[in-house]
Order: sequence, then C-alpha cells, then structure tokens
Amino acid sequence: MVDFPLLSLMTYLPLVGVFFIAMIQGDDVVKARNAKYAALYTSLFVFLLSLLMLSRFEPGNPDFQFVEKADWFGNLGISYHMGVDGISLFFIVLSAFLLPICILTSWRSITSRVKEYMIAFLVLETFMIGTFSALDAMLFYVFFEGVLIPMFLIIGVWGGPRRVYSSFKFFLYTLLGSVLMLVALLTLYTQVGTMDILELMENPVARNLQIWLFLAFFASFAVKMPMWPVHTWLPDAHVEAPTAGSVILAGVLLKMGGYGFLRFSIPMFPEATEFFTPMIFWLSVVAIIYTSLIALVQEDMKKLIAYSSVAHMGFVTLGLFTATVEGMQGGIFQMISHGLISAALFLCVGVIYDRLHTRDISQYGGIVRNMPRYATIFMIFMLASVGLPGTSGFVGEFLALLGAFQANTAVAAFAATGVILGAAYMLYLYRRVVFGPVTNNEAAAMPDVDYREMMIFIPIIALVIWLGVQPGYVLERTEPAVKQIISNYNAALVNASGPAEITSPVIEEDF
Amino acid sequence: MTGLTFVSLYPVWPELFMVISTLMLLVIGVIKGNEFTSLLFKLCFGVVAISAIMMFGVPTEKIYALNDMFVLGRFAMFSKLAIAVAVGISLILSSRYLREEALNRFEYPILMMFATLGMFMMVSASHLLSFYIALELQSLSLYVLAAFRRRSVTSSEAGLKYFILGALSSGLILFGISLIYGFTGVLGYSDIASVVPGLEGDRLTGFLFGVMFVLSGLAFKVSAVPFHMWTPDVYEGAPTSVTAFFAMAPKLAAFAMLIRFLGGPLENLADQWQVVIIFLSVMSMAWGAFAGLAQTRIKRLLAYSSISNVGFALIGVAAATAEGYAAAMFYMVIYMITTAGIFAFVMFMRRDGRALKEISDLSGLSKTHPLMAYGFAVLMFSISGIPPLAGFFGKFFVFEVAVAEGMYALAVFGVLTSVVAAFYYLRIIKVMFFDEEEDAFDQPHSIGRKSVAVLALAFSVLFILSPLKLLETARQATQVVYVSQDTPSTSDGGNAYELENTSR
Repeated sequence: MVDFPLLSLMTYLPLVGVFFIAMIQGDDVVKARNAKYAALYTSLFVFLLSLLMLSRFEPGNPDFQFVEKADWFGNLGISYHMGVDGISLFFIVLSAFLLPICILTSWRSITSRVKEYMIAFLVLETFMIGTFSALDAMLFYVFFEGVLIPMFLIIGVWGGPRRVYSSFKFFLYTLLGSVLMLVALLTLYTQVGTMDILELMENPVARNLQIWLFLAFFASFAVKMPMWPVHTWLPDAHVEAPTAGSVILAGVLLKMGGYGFLRFSIPMFPEATEFFTPMIFWLSVVAIIYTSLIALVQEDMKKLIAYSSVAHMGFVTLGLFTATVEGMQGGIFQMISHGLISAALFLCVGVIYDRLHTRDISQYGGIVRNMPRYATIFMIFMLASVGLPGTSGFVGEFLALLGAFQANTAVAAFAATGVILGAAYMLYLYRRVVFGPVTNNEAAAMPDVDYREMMIFIPIIALVIWLGVQPGYVLERTEPAVKQIISNYNAALVNASGPAEITSPVIEEDF
Repeated sequence: MTGLTFVSLYPVWPELFMVISTLMLLVIGVIKGNEFTSLLFKLCFGVVAISAIMMFGVPTEKIYALNDMFVLGRFAMFSKLAIAVAVGISLILSSRYLREEALNRFEYPILMMFATLGMFMMVSASHLLSFYIALELQSLSLYVLAAFRRRSVTSSEAGLKYFILGALSSGLILFGISLIYGFTGVLGYSDIASVVPGLEGDRLTGFLFGVMFVLSGLAFKVSAVPFHMWTPDVYEGAPTSVTAFFAMAPKLAAFAMLIRFLGGPLENLADQWQVVIIFLSVMSMAWGAFAGLAQTRIKRLLAYSSISNVGFALIGVAAATAEGYAAAMFYMVIYMITTAGIFAFVMFMRRDGRALKEISDLSGLSKTHPLMAYGFAVLMFSISGIPPLAGFFGKFFVFEVAVAEGMYALAVFGVLTSVVAAFYYLRIIKVMFFDEEEDAFDQPHSIGRKSVAVLALAFSVLFILSPLKLLETARQATQVVYVSQDTPSTSDGGNAYELENTSR
C-alpha cells in the first residue's frame, strides 16, 4: 500500500500533457514538432510510472493494491475508487507501453492536425488507464464510454476513404452495447445500493435477475471484444483507422471487453455465467473457425489481421469462461500477448503502407529482396501470432485450450482447429507479401525499415519473446486474483440453492 | 383579504420588484425609442439578477401568500433561479443578435421580462387560477416574441402557428380546470389534495378527465409528442435568439409547473397519471430521435433534439417520486445550460453578415475555426449523453429513478433511443470534422456570446468534478413538492424511498 496516488497520477498525467499541447503556439511546423515531443515525453513518463507500479506490486497478494478512495457522490454509494489487482495490472502496463509506440509510429505518417491528433491519443490514454483501474462501476462506465470520443475522432478525422461510415459504425455499435450495460448497472445499483465493484461482487443478486443483467453486460462486452456475430464493426474500423489507431484498437480497446467479463460478468453473476457458458463456448468456437476462414480469403492486409483478432479473441472468451485456473490464466495471457502481437502486426502493415499507400496484398510480393530486416520482423510477429512455441502467442493459446479441454472436450477440439487455420492464413499472407515474384516495381523499390521504425519494433520483439520463454512473470502475478475469482465463483455456485433449476427469466415490470 | 400588507407579501417581493421595474423600463423604452434598446437589455439583466438575489433572502420552508394562490419554498426557489439563469443567458445572447439582424426594438427585452414574470408565477402557482393566469402571461409574451421578425414570412408563420396551437392548448387547460372545479368544487392545490381521497365513481372519472385536459395542455407547453407539432416550425421560424430562449426557459418553467401539479394535489393518483406521462415520454423519445434523423437545418434539428430531451426528462416525472422529480429538474437544468452553449455556437454561424441555417454550412469548421468546432463537438457529445460530460449525468439519474421504480422497459427504451439520437449529434460532428472546408464564418466579435459558450463548455467538461451539488439541491427542492407534507400528520402518503431520503 502506498500513500502516493500513483494510479490517479498515471491516469491524469496525460491530461496535463494535453493542457500543455493545447498551449503550444507558433507556425504549423513548430507546433507539430513540439506537440509530438510533448506527447511522446508525457506518454513515456506515464510508461515509467507504470513500470514503477509493476515493481512495487506485491505478486502474491490477491487483493487490490494502490487503492485510492475519495468522495464523489457523497453518500449515494458512488465514489472515486481506484485500485489494481493482478488482472488489471498488465492491462495498464500494456496501455502505457503502446501509447509511446503509437506516437512514434505517427511521427511522419500524420501530417495534418498533428496537435489535435496527439491530444486525442493522450485523452485516450487517460480513459484507457482509468477503465482498467476503476473500482467503482460508475467510474468504470465513465472511462469505458469516454474512450468512444477520442477514438471516433481518430478514425473519422485521420482515417481512410470510408472513415465516416466506419467511425459511425464503431461509435453506434459500441454505444448500443454500452447503454444496455448502463441499465444493468443501474439495476444492480438499485438492488445493492452501491456502485462499488468490490461490494457488488460480494452481494450477488437473485438468479433470474443475474441472467438478465448478464445479457445486458454481455451486450456491451461482446461488442467491445468483439465476439461473433457482433464483430462486424471491427474490420471496418481497423481498415479505415490510421495505423496508430489500429494499434490501440487491437492492443487495448478490445481487451476492455475481456477485462469487463473478468471484472463484472463472472464474479458478479456466477449463476448466470454458468448458465450461459455453453453459449459462450460455441460462440467462441464459431468465432475462431468462421473468422479464420474469412481471414483466409481477405485481400486487404488490415482486414485480414482484424479478422484474425476476432479469432484470437475467441480463444480469450473460451479460456475465461472455462472457470479453470489454466483457462482463465490463458485468457488473460492471450489478451496481453495479442495486445502486443496484433499491435505489432498492424505496425508492420503500417510500415509498408506508409511507403506504398495501399493495403492490397496483391500489390506486394517479393519484398524480402529489398526489405530483409522488415521480412525478419514481420516473420517473428507472424509466427508469434500463429502461436509458435517460444513466443507469447503460444502460451496464451495453449493455456486457454488446456482449460477448455477440462471444461468441454468437443469445444476444445473444434477450437484447436483454429490454431491450424491461424497458421494457414498467416503463412499465406506472409508468402504473398514477402516472398513470391515481384509484381510491382514500386514495391520492389521500397526502402527497408529505418532506425526509428526499428526502435518501435525492438521492444515489442523483446517482450514477445521474453513472455514466450518466461511467462511466469505475468502468470504468477495474475494467479492470486484468478484463483480468488474462481474460488468465489465456485463458492457462489455451491451456495446457490440446490441443483440449478432452469427457469425462464422473468423480471416483473410494473409501471 | 386580510393582511395584504407589504410585509406579508414578502414571498412575492421578487415578482413585485420585477413587475414594477419592467413597467418602468417599458415607459423608458416608449419615451426613448429603439436606440435605447442595448441599455434596456443591460437594465433587464440587472432586474433579473436582483430578483434572483432577492430570492436568497427567504426562509427555506414553504410559505403561502396571496390567499394560498402563491407558494414559495425550496422547489420554487430552485426553479426560479434556474429560470433566472436561462433568462439572463437569453438576454446576453439576444442583445447582439438583434443588432445584427436589424431587429433592435425596445419591446423585445420588455416582452422577455413579462414572459419571465409569467414563468416565475407559474413555478409558484398553487392554485389553478394563478396557474392559468401565469401561464397565459408567459404564453402571450412568447407568441409575440416568436413573430418578432414581422417582415419575415417564416417568423410570422411561426408566431401564428404558435399562437393558434397555444390558444388551443390554453383552451384545453381551461376546460380541464373547469372540469376539476365542477367535480371537486375547489381550485387550490391543498384543497384538491384534501378532496381527492374522497372522490369515487363518476366524480373521480370526471375529475380525471379534467386532469387529462390540463395534462394535454401542459404537454403542449413542454412540447411532448403528440403535442409537439408547433416545435419544429416555431424553432425554425422564430429569430434564433428567441428560439434559444424557447429552448431554455419556458420548458423549465413548464416542467416545474407539471411537477408541482402532479406531485402536489395529484400525488395519490399517481397510478392514474403515470401511464399518461410514460406514453408522452416514450413517444417524445422515439419521435425526437427518429424524426431528427431526417433534418438538414440546424434549428429544426435542435427542435427535435429538444423533443427527445423532454422525453428523457419526463421519465423522471413518470417515476412519481421526489427522486424522480429531482432527476427531471436536474436533467432540465443540465439540458438548459448545454443548449445555451449550442445556441451561442449557432449564432456564430454567420457569413457575410447573414445567419446560416443549414447543417452543411458547418462543413469543415474544424479547419476554419478549430476552437469553435471543438467546443461545439464537446457540447454535441454532452447532449448525446457520452461520459464524462455533463449530459451523461442528467441521463444517468433519470434512468436511475426509472430502474429504481422497476420501469425497466422504459429505461431500456430510453437508452436505445438515445443511441438513435446520438446519430444526428454525431452527424454534426462529422460535418465539422470530416467534411471539406467551406468559406470561413464572419469573425466572431460578441463577447457575450463567447462567454456563454465558454461557460457552457466549462460546465459540460468540469461537471464531473462535483456533480453532487446540483443533484442534492434538486433533491432537497423536490422534497417539498408534496402538498400533503404541509400538514405533517398526513405525510404517510409517500413511499419507503422518500422516508429513506429524508433521513439523509
């Protein structure tokens, strides 16, 4: 326990950066350069703070640490409550890690309205870190929803040709899911009388109500995740977003869905979770197989990676809902690992997109000749995405499948085919882009990755491999929290009166 | 008529001060003519400010005056202060606009003052006669204001439409009042409250008919669907400063009146009128959201936006608890301030000395006037209810009372329509940020307009830091709506929710 409000500092420091960037004056070139540096330094400082938090985190402690609590709504049961446990810890670090990378990768590719762009990303960072550290449901919702504003602008202002359609689709899809969650949160609030997440976890509501509330939360998190069949906003958003937008979208925003399942759905609605687990298993399997097949036929690189994200998120939901230590650990690890790998894959696409301004796979080919360093980097991430042992991708998928085998063999067997399909579409992509005959002279003339780009990739490569060979660092920190969730979950199921009688969920509605 | 001395009238002092000074200003205006209008605006602002300050002097418990026709308590004070803020903002926004549009006539601020006086009386009415007179004082001033641009066809049309439909609604209200009087024999709120429990059979039916007529008339005043038909035309036709005024003040007053009427004498008939309010709310939310999608003109869009927002606020009224009324008033105050900012931005939309009407005129605003575009965008996000902006908290507490009262379907319907409505707010942002730029607007000079915009923005962004203050004030205010609480022995009419709240 520290007295120093580390979490609040990390959350609001980017806003201080925003303030300074907003103050910057001068002609466009000076303004852009200063804004970039200000944003970079701010985000780097936040990252350093997140490392500090990581080092001071007590691994064996399942409780929340760095807790801050302040008055917000008086005695209405809504307070400013922040804290981290093993689950949220790495998501915060991941957010803080990816943000400087986003800024660096936009260094040259963003030329218009640089100041506003940097402000949008820093605001986004505030909301992301806030989402993962909020321990009050109202506070969580504020951050969770607030993310929409900067992301909408990032896609809409700096995006590609169909950016308007994509940004609207992103915004409205996510908002629709979230407002249903809001009603569910309000229901919980009126039932339990508090918005404090810890107290909500300790006071489960009646089974019938749980089922409805679970569905409402599911509407929000499944869209955010995204799960099949509500994933269709994701390919559009990814394709149109600027590279850094895709990185944040794939790296952090999708994880909010999984985090929500861990923080709300499973601990607060254990009986409903048990009731819906088969449905989620099969939705995950469909997501894994179906979107992998779709990824196989994509002609657009970003779309392919977007669909692969949906498939990988399928492993996450599969793992989380097995309610086994392995599965849940795998789900969390897969989220962190996917956050790094898919972010890096989008960066890889960004590198060649910056040079040729097309994402069409057929425009590339044989670029291994002129871009050997790029080919190596891309290969590492491609293999990591496939789940090559020794990279972080393997650990997550393996653990998730291990958990799934304990829970439901048939589901696990189907899900395992997704690994093969994953290898198929990624290798096929790699072959078409990097190897093969040279079809486009401009592609053959592209310069290799430069120093700045190497600086972006090297830390991610190091992390992906380090997590692949040394997953224990993460797993030992998430384990206490995961075990606690599972033991509470099982205890709640045992407490639930007798054998689970499935009744049709009915809420009395009286006006 | 006993004790009608100056001292015994002290609850009415702000209104008395207002009426005397407005009449004096009218005389000044008549003598000095139109070139004196700017100063008149400032003086009117001063009068409103002083009236508002005078209200702080009165004790917080309820006091009656003018033979129980007039009541002053926390609720009236809260509503009047909110109205005073709205009127003050409207005066600031109007002054320059009239000069720009060559409408600079002294009647304008005077009419606004009379409308304000009417609104103050509306809020404090505790008798159906004072209720009606106050409403008419307000409405007649507003009809004239709507048609203030005499030479313009649309403005005259707006005034005429507003007048005809408004007269119809006044007729409905009057007919309703006569039915109420006929079936109960009383008109005072506390008298009605004491008669209502004894009503049975045909007398109850007749009484409820009267109530429904009054409710229809009030629904017209707050522009709830299906009594909203005048809103888009009046919003579009009236001068923008008048539209801004319409969107802010009269709705607040009408809401306060509605709450006082439903929560006061009709408290125990909640199961009868709740259905009506729910119907109005659902229809307004749906129509406001879907019809707004098709609009291309900014003021028409804002008309539909106001309809949908009234629908949200009505959810709070439908809950029929003190918390619900508080949530509705809380919502309306937040909506009022956000709207003030939005209209300030709409008034900035001028090119070559002419006001612009189309949403597409905002095209590429983020390149030509970045600050304006970002400010406008923040207000749009706020009014569509996206946290962490103020509009979200308004919606949050309205939905909270709906859920607390078990009206899940209404809450779900509300949030779904808020997503639909978000589409047209987003479209404005899209036009400003994603579309190609057009010619720049005229350089904004008005300090008043700028300060309104900045204050509304600051309110929207910083509201999250201390949202409790306004909510608590609203909740304290609505505690005293109930007439039955005036005599403590009968205060068991409330429910558990209310008891819990008084203990806080």
